[in-house]
Amino acid sequence: MVGIRARGDLIATRLHEAIRRNENVDVPLGSLDITLYRDDLTRIGHAPVVRESVIPFSIDDRIVVLIDDVLFTGRTIRAAMDALVDYGRPRAIRLAVLVDRGHRELPIKADFVGKNVPTNLADDVRVQLIETGGADTVELVQAAAA
Amino acid sequence: MTWQRRHVLATDDWSRAEIEQVLDQTGAMVEVLGRPIRRTPALRGRTVILFFAEASTRTRVSFELAAKALSADVTNITASGSSVEKGETLRDTVRTLTALGGDVIVMRHAASGAPYFVAERTDAAVINAGDGWHAHPTQGLLDAYTLRGALGDLDGRRIVIVGDITHSRVARSDIDALVPLGATVTLSGPPTLVPSAWRCGMTPRGTTYEPDLDRALDGADGVIALRLQKERQHAGLLPSIREYAKTWGLSEERVKRMRPEAPVLHPGPMNEGVEIAASVAHGARSLIETQVTNGVAVRMALLYLLAGTPEQVA
Amino acid sequence: MSGLADLERDAAQHGWLVSPGFIDLHAHLREPGFEESETIATGARAALAGGFTTICAMPNTEPAIDSPGLVAEVIARGAAARAARVLPIAAITRGRLGKELADLVELAAAGAVAFSDDGAPVSDGQLFRNALEYARASGRPIFEHSQDLALTADGVMHEGVVSARLGLPGMAAAAEETAIARDLSLARLAGGRLHLSHVSTAGGVELVRRAKSDGLAITAEVTPHHLALTDEWVAGSRAFAWEDGGDRATPYETSTKVNPPLRTASDVRACWAGLMDGTIDAIATDHAPHASTRKDVEFQEAAFGISGFETAVPLLLAGVAAGWGTWDRVVEALTTGPARVLGITLPENDRVVIDPNAAWTCDAAALVSLGKNTPLLGRALIGRVVACAVDGELRFDLTRIAAS
Repeated sequence: MVGIRARGDLIATRLHEAIRRNENVDVPLGSLDITLYRDDLTRIGHAPVVRESVIPFSIDDRIVVLIDDVLFTGRTIRAAMDALVDYGRPRAIRLAVLVDRGHRELPIKADFVGKNVPTNLADDVRVQLIETGGADTVELVQAAAA
Repeated sequence: MTWQRRHVLATDDWSRAEIEQVLDQTGAMVEVLGRPIRRTPALRGRTVILFFAEASTRTRVSFELAAKALSADVTNITASGSSVEKGETLRDTVRTLTALGGDVIVMRHAASGAPYFVAERTDAAVINAGDGWHAHPTQGLLDAYTLRGALGDLDGRRIVIVGDITHSRVARSDIDALVPLGATVTLSGPPTLVPSAWRCGMTPRGTTYEPDLDRALDGADGVIALRLQKERQHAGLLPSIREYAKTWGLSEERVKRMRPEAPVLHPGPMNEGVEIAASVAHGARSLIETQVTNGVAVRMALLYLLAGTPEQVA
Repeated sequence: MSGLADLERDAAQHGWLVSPGFIDLHAHLREPGFEESETIATGARAALAGGFTTICAMPNTEPAIDSPGLVAEVIARGAAARAARVLPIAAITRGRLGKELADLVELAAAGAVAFSDDGAPVSDGQLFRNALEYARASGRPIFEHSQDLALTADGVMHEGVVSARLGLPGMAAAAEETAIARDLSLARLAGGRLHLSHVSTAGGVELVRRAKSDGLAITAEVTPHHLALTDEWVAGSRAFAWEDGGDRATPYETSTKVNPPLRTASDVRACWAGLMDGTIDAIATDHAPHASTRKDVEFQEAAFGISGFETAVPLLLAGVAAGWGTWDRVVEALTTGPARVLGITLPENDRVVIDPNAAWTCDAAALVSLGKNTPLLGRALIGRVVACAVDGELRFDLTRIAAS
């Protein structure tokens, strides 16, 4: 299991803990920072902070589940797959997300989805987690109201 | 914090937060360098020009590896074989470099202040890879990163810099990187190789001068030995290299005066047996090889930060 | 305006300052040899724009002014310019090489008002003694650039905290002080008239003060830039010696590179003190114009020198405004002081008119000199020369220049 920073890794940690508790299986867990793989680096005007990726196991010939909070355009997942293959050659990559809000710009599809939420393109989906100092909430902020 | 600087010319006016931001980014880059594939696409399509008007293999290669690890295109302009040797003025060279369309110019030059001259006259971001006796900011930052890695935190730590301080851009940039992070620096070396003002009590903030190396090392948290240029003897600044080695060389005995496990650094290339004993250079306290790896990571961090800043501050 | 009486009446109406024309003991006009930096004509016009109606041209040209024919040529070209009066200084040694004496008596007869190897101190003590002694026969003073060259070998700025920080080779104050000490000892031995050019250090001022109190008949000058700017300017400061903080420029600006170098604020203070108590006799610009090719280079490669005629008045007014000196004493040091050094009487019908409150920007277009090499470029200055008359003839009139 590899969570994508900066919220997917927190969700991955929770899933990892749930699997360990319920199934008594300790799935190897890592986190991935995809900043250096973003395709909009030259367009955002400033350099976003690069955080360390931690993948303390070989991914060669294993099934890796990428975990993120919201699946939207698919560009983050594209960057994450590019980053992941720099660590080795997994047998397969699967994708698990908390929310799929649609509006894909790349041919990417999640294998495991917490909830599909239909949205307008300009809407904002805000995920808060206890770990980041809020309550566990997912808010859909509609464009007109935002 | 959003990165604001367009150039890295010297870190003498950098805040602690800015230095820490670079060191934190360096940590992420060290991780990238540990991967099976040490290359990320961050600077794809960007051009980094390495303009080395003074011979240097180590620093140039370090920058080249850093740029390539971020997928930038790299162009080399070195002193030998370029028109710099044929008496072309720096002004002309800057025109050429600008016309080549580099996004970042990494430059090494024998004249103190030359990077300021270039930065004023080009649209590219300029990184100083060493100018005269003045500054070598990436070395200062990598030394700070290396020491922070070994000591955890530099607040209240005391680091000794020993050698030819006057002619050392490394010494100046080490001071500029370490002092803002809370460390104090003890300078040591022959009085003829320490700026007169610094010997007379007007040392830079956070530093002191102690000519006696043994006393300087007593209880220190780390030491950086500087390379001794053998020309200094001919200039009448030193009686002999032998006497220098005996009086200001880092021997095993001397190193033991520091706190247990206090690290030993050297910017390279070393004169083993002059400023540092071979057994110290390759001993347990030596972080000299770590410095080399960290050097690539620091330079990646800076290239990343600079290439990500707005193209032109109008 | 026409005629001195009209000029003075106009000035009185505006509340402008009127003084006898200023005399500059120390200027580099670059002709022959370096006409892209300045010519005798452009230099003499720039001098008027700075209030100087008489200027002494240093002989470090190419060729050096070391023969009667060259002295006559400088005089002729100066007269033809019809601007400031140009008085030639001839070389002490042939070719300014410091090897053998030039023909000092003949040079004086041709019109040389003084002798100097400025920029190339006479290192050989015996030769310098001979020069002092022999020059007595010419009746002219020796202007010496006092500097121990061995101590300043690679130096490009004042040696101190700032040079240490910038990593630039320094020129210690001691290099000036030891040279002045030698020159004073030799003057004591040889007699003759020694004039010390551009004293810039507190120690140098003190040596002159003591020599004078011992009764030694020597004179000394200081430059406007050494009365206002400090070595911090090389590091990018743009604060006068009496100011704090302010805007910063890029460090290593070659316009701040000058010899003797810009010193510390306490040296500046000592120079003012020396000026006020009469230790320093004259203010001389050391106007040293350079073509951009000699300045648009690395700091260590750049030529020494500041284009100084046209910024002297505002710099000196600023020092007076800060309370470091008085305007009356400044005017003495620009008129009667230098006249005494040359042994001449003040030209009776030379006048300078200054608007002490005029605000202007010192940009390249505003400078008459071909040399735009001043660290004040782009800066707003207070105080400007409005008009100059030479021998009763109005030769500089800012209002008319502005109108055209």
